Amino acid sequence: MALSTKKSAAAGQVQKKKKITDANLLLIITIAIFLIMYIGAMIFLGGGFLNAQNLFNILMQQSALIITACGMSLVMITGGIDISVGGVVALVCMSCAVSLDYMNWNVPMSILLALGIGLAYGIVQGFLVAYLEIQPFIISLAGMFFARGMTTIVHTEPFNVQNEAFTALKNTRIIVPGMGNVNRLGNYIDAYINIGVIVALVIVIGLFVMLRWTKLGRSFYAVGGNSQSALMLGINVRRTKFIAHLMCSVLAGIAGYVYFLYVGSGSASHASGMEMDAIASSIIGGTLLTGGVGNIIGTFVGVLSLSTIQNIVSSVGLDEAWWTGITVAAMLCLFLVIQSVITSRKRD
Amino acid sequence: MQKTNTNKKSVGQMLKNLTRKQIFIPIVALLLLALFNLIMDPSFYQIKFGYNSAGNPVLSGYIITILDNGSELAILAIGMTLVTAATGGQDISVGAAIAIAGSVILRVLCGTEARPAELQAPIIVAFLVACVVSMLFGAFNGILVAQFKIQPMVATLILYTAGRNIAAWINQNQLPIVSDATFGYFGGMIPGIPIPTPVFIAIACIVITALALKFTNLGLYTQSVGINESSSRLNGLNPKFIKFITFVILGLCVAVVGLIKVSRLSTINYSVIAKDIEMDAILAVALGGNALSGGKFNMPASIMGAYTIQFLTTTLYKFKVASEALPAYKAVVVIILVVMSAPIVKERLASLGKKLRAHNAKEVG
Amino acid sequence: MKEKSVLEMRGICKYFPGVRALHKVDFTLCEGEIHALMGENGAGKSTLIKVLTGVYEKDEGEIFLKGLDKPAVIHSPQDAQNLGISTVYQEITLCPNLTVAENMYIGRTKGVGQKWKKMNRDADKILKSLGIPAEATQQLSSCSIAVQQMVAIARAVDMECKVLILDEPTSSLDDNEVEKLFGLMRDLKAKGVGIIFVTHFLDQVYEVCDKITVLRDGQLVGEYEIENLPRVQLVAKMLGKELDDMSEIRDESPVYHGADESEYVIEAEGLQSDAGIKPFNFHIKKGEVNGFAGLLGSGRSECVRAIFGADHVTAGSVKVKGKKVKISKPIDAMKHGIAYLPEDRKVDGIVGDLSVRDNIILAQQVLRGFFRPYSKAEANKIAEEYIKLLDIKTASTDTPIKSLSGGNQQKVILARWLLTHPDYLILDEPTRGIDVGTKVEIQKLVLKLASEGMSVTFISSETDEMLRTCSRLIIMRDRKVVGEISGNELTQNSIMSTIAGGDIK
Repeated sequence: MALSTKKSAAAGQVQKKKKITDANLLLIITIAIFLIMYIGAMIFLGGGFLNAQNLFNILMQQSALIITACGMSLVMITGGIDISVGGVVALVCMSCAVSLDYMNWNVPMSILLALGIGLAYGIVQGFLVAYLEIQPFIISLAGMFFARGMTTIVHTEPFNVQNEAFTALKNTRIIVPGMGNVNRLGNYIDAYINIGVIVALVIVIGLFVMLRWTKLGRSFYAVGGNSQSALMLGINVRRTKFIAHLMCSVLAGIAGYVYFLYVGSGSASHASGMEMDAIASSIIGGTLLTGGVGNIIGTFVGVLSLSTIQNIVSSVGLDEAWWTGITVAAMLCLFLVIQSVITSRKRD
Repeated sequence: MQKTNTNKKSVGQMLKNLTRKQIFIPIVALLLLALFNLIMDPSFYQIKFGYNSAGNPVLSGYIITILDNGSELAILAIGMTLVTAATGGQDISVGAAIAIAGSVILRVLCGTEARPAELQAPIIVAFLVACVVSMLFGAFNGILVAQFKIQPMVATLILYTAGRNIAAWINQNQLPIVSDATFGYFGGMIPGIPIPTPVFIAIACIVITALALKFTNLGLYTQSVGINESSSRLNGLNPKFIKFITFVILGLCVAVVGLIKVSRLSTINYSVIAKDIEMDAILAVALGGNALSGGKFNMPASIMGAYTIQFLTTTLYKFKVASEALPAYKAVVVIILVVMSAPIVKERLASLGKKLRAHNAKEVG
Repeated sequence: MKEKSVLEMRGICKYFPGVRALHKVDFTLCEGEIHALMGENGAGKSTLIKVLTGVYEKDEGEIFLKGLDKPAVIHSPQDAQNLGISTVYQEITLCPNLTVAENMYIGRTKGVGQKWKKMNRDADKILKSLGIPAEATQQLSSCSIAVQQMVAIARAVDMECKVLILDEPTSSLDDNEVEKLFGLMRDLKAKGVGIIFVTHFLDQVYEVCDKITVLRDGQLVGEYEIENLPRVQLVAKMLGKELDDMSEIRDESPVYHGADESEYVIEAEGLQSDAGIKPFNFHIKKGEVNGFAGLLGSGRSECVRAIFGADHVTAGSVKVKGKKVKISKPIDAMKHGIAYLPEDRKVDGIVGDLSVRDNIILAQQVLRGFFRPYSKAEANKIAEEYIKLLDIKTASTDTPIKSLSGGNQQKVILARWLLTHPDYLILDEPTRGIDVGTKVEIQKLVLKLASEGMSVTFISSETDEMLRTCSRLIIMRDRKVVGEISGNELTQNSIMSTIAGGDIK
């Protein structure tokens, strides 16, 4: 005992300096990798990477993924997983497309439909996971296949939406002042983004605030960190898990509409593999699979990293499609192993 | 079950014993499907004998189709059952791994040519190379799960993401076509034998598995590790190695399925080959009444589960359900199964049953 | 309710499948007192606490709290919190990924909003007043275990509770921190809070407590004023032996069957493992029965686990029959003829879903190797033989072991190890939680095995059991070997005084 006195006194001294926590460490690694990649691309590849519009293009392409990845992070922070999100996105696209073009619904109603699908998914999956304690992976795997199957049942052939109000909304460009560039002819071209990007950014900020500064957000972390302790601390663990799955599915519904706004069509093959991209982004962004650790900003950077890799891979001439998949998987593998090492070190 | 009390005690007891048997679930599911088909259209069970365009004898009919197409699933179910038992998780990369195995076989057979006039290597060599490659990928998954303690489904997500891309990369995204007729025997028929070869391959795999389970301790070790890892370690087992080895075995199963799959078409489509087969393989294990959280397993029940799923698939096809819509129906089956087998639901049902029985007793008394 | 009591538990019963964890236990806590709850492992202390805090639902009995007319209804930890019962558990039940302040305040307030600045300020104030070296905004996982425990205490203290439960809070604290905690406890006592203190450190009980309630085998032994219960008597009450009848037991002491002086079966020197025991030496002769004695947590299991290779051995050497061997994992030990029946039957012993047959043959099967499985007929024959030998009550060899009673499960595990025909058998608490008849059977079996030449190490919380079986005892305290007693010196009194440490009378 006398021995340990000295030791912990020394430990007390160390604690005065703020130690970098595991969560922060993962986040820092992610941001560093992203910056190195992007700046490296600017220096060595130049071209499009020097324009702000390149970044905006990434954002526009990936706004739906950003939203689903945020939802995924929420669930993963509570220790769950939801792989139905890609399917929900496809289902929302197809349902909204059919509702607009074949049933003559107006745009607000189609938005409500998207939200409704997300909500229904969330309630069912959340209930099964939180209150019946079924493995979330199995439930959402079934959910994914259900959504994919339903998509073709709703409408088999892919088609482009003709609805005018919708196309107007789809083509709305929001000019970002001061970020434009001068093209070869010497004309100034404004940089722009679309509505999807705005929605995605609002969601990112909203969720960041929620996770950081609301009691609900903190109880997500508590439940994921140690659900037994969370129960002892007086948190309703089941309800918290339910809310996480509900939010994830509703976000998938929103993402579905954002995706729909970007592509303007319904197809059964839309957003294929998006769930895996969302999980990969979350993991790369520093969300721990075991729950309790994660950060929305990290997830956001994770999505950007993923698409930057894809951009780089295609601009260095490795334009064969498979390299993207392989690099993403390699990066995912790297991060999983880092996480495993960090968590096992903590256990010892 | 709760209703067969008092006066029908012996019948109830018999039924109870029967329902306790694990294989009961897939058999009942199979019987229900069979009954459904019998009522809807008895011609479902017709088996015709005829000759194909090449003049070879063939048996045809839905039952043959089920046995033929169910082969891959049955073989995969073997490996998936072992992985599930030992690790309490599932491998979702099998579809992608099959694409890799198939691609490797074609690469070895065709070399760099797209349509070689003759095979560049014997088929057996191609198959053995595919086995090695598949087992290496299995080992990769196994290391992630056993050594790095990553949840199986997430660890195999890596190969799931990369697998089809690797498959495409192996053949530089070309689609080689094997023209040699003997290569088609593995997925089709050997001239003179009217039953599709995959049926025999599946039977061979099942027999080998049965022998392995009988003459080695594979079953005891995997179950023991899956049920209680700590206790298994104290009994001298090496849980990490056992988890690892189940993934390698699954890799072997994947190679066999890869051979059948590419042989059926004599070529490959990287994004479509064995698509969603992981879902079916997991479903087969679940339908066999095996706990997806690991532990005790029943291999015959899993295999029976695989054929039941094929039965369901073929039935749905027969009723003109589009292949893209199939997953929706299967998903409903999965949800019902997992909800029914969830411990909480079981507990609730049991207590409900008790209450009902108490209520009945009161009324009778 | 009595005038001054804040908490009364009356006739509390709690049953688990096959086990009676608590039977008609009464417990009274007065205002401004520190009340020690004592008992050996399995006595029901933690079950009683968990009933009080709503983790378990009680099967019978009533709980009264001051200021409530009706019996209190406690279904969840939240209910307990709201009623003014706050708890610090032995294992830290905080969330390591939240900040210190969040851990102190989460789950306590209603409504959606949270005033973060105020919360952090409040937390800092409390931390400072208690002298806890942590900052409110620091992540809990970056604090040492001791600080985390102090944070848990700070949370409990801040809740303005009527009843504070401290369940072995000191096991991870050093002397200074313990002193600080005691200071805090005395302050709270002065404010009229009733404190329940669970610990296995006797010194601490005598330093800070006013009353002691002793439980044994799920039943109340009695409630005593601290000055009326000397240390040795307390140990006696916990272990279930009154001082008076302690002298008689020696008559049954075993005949010493030791073979040649030179023939050590196992010799260990400076052995140490990552489970946190001090290096220890150990030896046992052929046909000898010895034991490790000490209270729960004294490190007795860790010692034998190190010998068996169950924990990661960090230093020291082991000789088997004079030859130096390397034991890094259980299979190594098994190959050298060592068998280990683990302390926690559920976690480390049984393979629940497997049949009795498979559970019996498991270890021997692993020794035989992967490619030489017993056929079902062989396995059945072996299983039946041992079922008969040990009189195991099971419907068939096919019955899953988890559906057997505790005693029979233990016999199956014993059968498993006897089947390997070990030279050296380690039994870690083989008689815990099983009925008296089986206990005696197991003791007899141990002596029989020893007379046949097997060396046995026997660990038990019940001293008389050890006295009956062992010819030499190694005494442990605070994860350290503190003494060895053998021959005529082996008495209840000598054991207890060595375990308790310090002065006896």
